[in-house]
Amino acid sequence: MILETRGLTKAFGGLVAVDAVSLVVRERQAHAVIGPNGAGKSTLVNLITGHLPPSDGTVLFKGRDVTGLPAHKVARLGIGRSYQKTNLFPPLSVFENARLAAQSRLTHSFRFLRPAAALATVNAEAVRALELCGLADKRHRPAGEMSHGEQRQLELAMVLATGPELLVLDEPLAGMGREESERMVALLKGLARDYTLVLVEHDMDAVFSVAEVVTVMVNGAVLESGPVDAVRASRAVQDAYLGDGSEAY
Amino acid sequence: MTRPSRIVSIVLLVAVALLAAYPLAGGWLFPVKHAFLLQKLTGIMILAVMAMSLDLLVGVAGMVSLGHAAFFGLGGYMLAILSPQYEAADLWLVLPGALATVAAVSAAVGALAIRTSGISFIMITLAFGQMGFYFFNDSKVAGGSDGAYVYVRPAVEAFGVTLVDLDSKVAFYYVALGVLVAVYLLLRTLLASPFGRVLAAIGVNEQRVRGLGFDATWYKLAAFTIGGTLAGLAGFLAAAQYGFVNPAMLSWHYSGQALVMVILGGMGTVFGPALGAFALELARMGFESVTEHALLPMGLFVIALVLVAPRGLAGLLERLERGRRR
Repeated sequence: MILETRGLTKAFGGLVAVDAVSLVVRERQAHAVIGPNGAGKSTLVNLITGHLPPSDGTVLFKGRDVTGLPAHKVARLGIGRSYQKTNLFPPLSVFENARLAAQSRLTHSFRFLRPAAALATVNAEAVRALELCGLADKRHRPAGEMSHGEQRQLELAMVLATGPELLVLDEPLAGMGREESERMVALLKGLARDYTLVLVEHDMDAVFSVAEVVTVMVNGAVLESGPVDAVRASRAVQDAYLGDGSEAY
Repeated sequence: MTRPSRIVSIVLLVAVALLAAYPLAGGWLFPVKHAFLLQKLTGIMILAVMAMSLDLLVGVAGMVSLGHAAFFGLGGYMLAILSPQYEAADLWLVLPGALATVAAVSAAVGALAIRTSGISFIMITLAFGQMGFYFFNDSKVAGGSDGAYVYVRPAVEAFGVTLVDLDSKVAFYYVALGVLVAVYLLLRTLLASPFGRVLAAIGVNEQRVRGLGFDATWYKLAAFTIGGTLAGLAGFLAAAQYGFVNPAMLSWHYSGQALVMVILGGMGTVFGPALGAFALELARMGFESVTEHALLPMGLFVIALVLVAPRGLAGLLERLERGRRR
């Protein structure tokens, strides 16, 4: 397995946002985490990626204990994350956004005199990531001037440019129109062939078409976890989250 | 944070050419005020270096410091302290000594200050700046509140031959111009480097920089130290020019003035704050020559500049460039 959490817990004062969550993500697996608003999905992402220190429990990445490491160290170990709210460098060009992400892979960027534009491998990596996400022809535009959907694509390109082994994507489809969503789902399916994905998502159709394993969270705790079909058929999940059974699922 | 546009490059080259030509033509253009203007322009070029050094923190990395003058003043005081009383100090010893001291102090101050951000960062840099002020004001080091004189300017010698005679006003002018151009080019090189790109990204969205895997703390500390050291270089030159240092050099008024130059000039552009230094100081000189109450028209001038050029003089130039393309 590439990622494992054991009894991961985060309490904000009296509120337990994530309650003893244990997950196992295997290599090259697309693992979705779903749940209603306030289920603790984004907090879980923040705990896994070092953006928040957990109150209790451990995170293991490739067998190594990464619990409580700061975000930049977790990123360097190979866990790339995207953000639920678009989180870019808006005034910088699309290319520079991706280039910075690729530059983060250098053993260190504490170089003062040589121009960054001369780092050929970094440039190539940035271009590759932009091409993969269909943004190669928009590389000179300021990131902040693109459409919401394109900014989400750039968000993903930046994660890919950091050369991660595990992608933790926090609602990559958030706020997207139907057409944009379809393009993103196709992109995610392609990525699922080459990468291990942890996909935190709201959009059911997308989740069931991309993921192999689904974990359902309610009120910070895991309600059900297993292969897509099993979870889809689960009575408890249907009651708690997917509706009372009278709907399509 | 890209390269300056063509129009900016032309303006900068013309400005440097004019500055380089002034000592040759000034005596003929302004027979009465030539010596005064030569000294004034030297002083402005030194302030421009300070403003550019502050821009690395404020405009590029988004760290608004209100204590930058402490490093300016410290650089000046180090010249006064390290100079022997009755003979010229050897520049090759005194300058590195002064810069190393300022670098060490700004690294120490920075290490504490960068733990905060936003308003807290402003307050903590202000506090450190005032500590520096009172250190020199209330202690016996270098004359207390009276300040101290640098009786003999440092000598620039190699193998016993005097290379630059800093006692000559014209020679000092060209040294200041050389430092101004060199510091500008150094900062531009820094901004184009991998280090500078990360620093600029920190100024836009620090949390994302960390998320990408960069330890932002080290970048901010390096920027704080480099900016402080360059301000120290400016202060060193100022002390050498006037032959005098006093605690006011470290005061927050001075920090605030540098901040105004950065903002009016155009944050994050490096050349903008240098233009800001010239605009502000030349305007002040102009108002002072016609009225005793120069601060009132100065205030109106600043307000007008902010209204006309919300993104500073640099932003104004960029707008001209875009207007011309259409």
